[in-house]
Amino acid sequence: MMAKLRFSLVAPERELFAGDVDQVDAPGVDGDFGVFLGHEPFMTVLRPGKVTIRDGATTKVFEIKGGFADVTPESFTLLAEHAVEAA
Amino acid sequence: MASLKEMRNRIGSVKSTQKITKALQMVAAAKGRRAQDAAQAARPYAVRMASVIANLAKSVTGPGAPVLLAGTGRDQKHLLVVAAADSGLAGAISSSVVRAARERIYELKAAGKEVRIICVGRKTVAPLRRLFPDAIVATFDMSQEKVLTLSSAEPIAARILQAFENGEADVVTLFFSHFKNIVSQVPTSQQLIPAVVNEAAGLGAAPDLKGGVYSYEPDEAAILETLLPQNLRVQILSALLENKAGFYASQMTAMDNATRNAGDLITSLTKQYNRSRQAQITKELIEIISGAEAL
Repeated sequence: MMAKLRFSLVAPERELFAGDVDQVDAPGVDGDFGVFLGHEPFMTVLRPGKVTIRDGATTKVFEIKGGFADVTPESFTLLAEHAVEAA
Repeated sequence: MASLKEMRNRIGSVKSTQKITKALQMVAAAKGRRAQDAAQAARPYAVRMASVIANLAKSVTGPGAPVLLAGTGRDQKHLLVVAAADSGLAGAISSSVVRAARERIYELKAAGKEVRIICVGRKTVAPLRRLFPDAIVATFDMSQEKVLTLSSAEPIAARILQAFENGEADVVTLFFSHFKNIVSQVPTSQQLIPAVVNEAAGLGAAPDLKGGVYSYEPDEAAILETLLPQNLRVQILSALLENKAGFYASQMTAMDNATRNAGDLITSLTKQYNRSRQAQITKELIEIISGAEAL
């Protein structure tokens, strides 16, 4: 099995998503970005917008009101200030 | 010796008290479970936040570092945020936090420091106001906050930041009761400003960067500028959540004891009641018999 990106989306009140996924798109202050496995490590502040999580054929979308992203080659941690799953 | 009627009333009133304490115990048990879940659910965010800040703090040091992280370099003015419950009937949980804060205040005053206090929760206000009437700069009542979210912590954090920016505080410490488990809540102090960078509190080992170096958008300092106030809010929120979980746990224990005490009291009162009832009957019988014998 191919290794996947370890992604977790945490809001102050609770953890909203944790698991292995293929790709995550997030809105950074300096522009939207997508993260795959092996992304170069970086940290950024996020602006309000949509976070899209893709894993195989399934897609999940969360609305966030700003937050913070911590990306390493293997994992992506998104600290959202306020997040809800978009219907 | 109380009359039989008085004793019956007494037993009745202890019984209704017992019903109330029993009900309160069950309510506390139910709410406590929810509060514990909430406290647990908030932990990942706080832990990640701490590890990210620990990571960032390594690259931002020296004179350019944000004051929230590095402090003002002085240690003269202390701001104590004392957080406890809004209501009583929960044993010593609030008073033990207040006691811990009080001892710290005496220590600081003895060392010639200036002390200011922010009270969170109604139960902290009265005892601290009595002891240090001039030191209290703000009080917060959390009893209206049914569900604690980040916005519940926001006004407190804002007041702390304001105090810090106005130069009213060099060091900010938070007092709350750490929820260890259901039977043990420990009054704890935690320094908020300057932020304590504790890598042990983070995720342990630094992430494997595969030879890469972190890049930052916009830059480290700007990220910290947004992250540190957020961290303050998060720390306050998790303290409030732990307080709440601890409060219900403590209330449950206190009410369990009260229910048991009421039960003991009822047993002994009933015994006493029966004894005097029998004594009375015996006395009446003796009167009738000796009356009949006299004829």
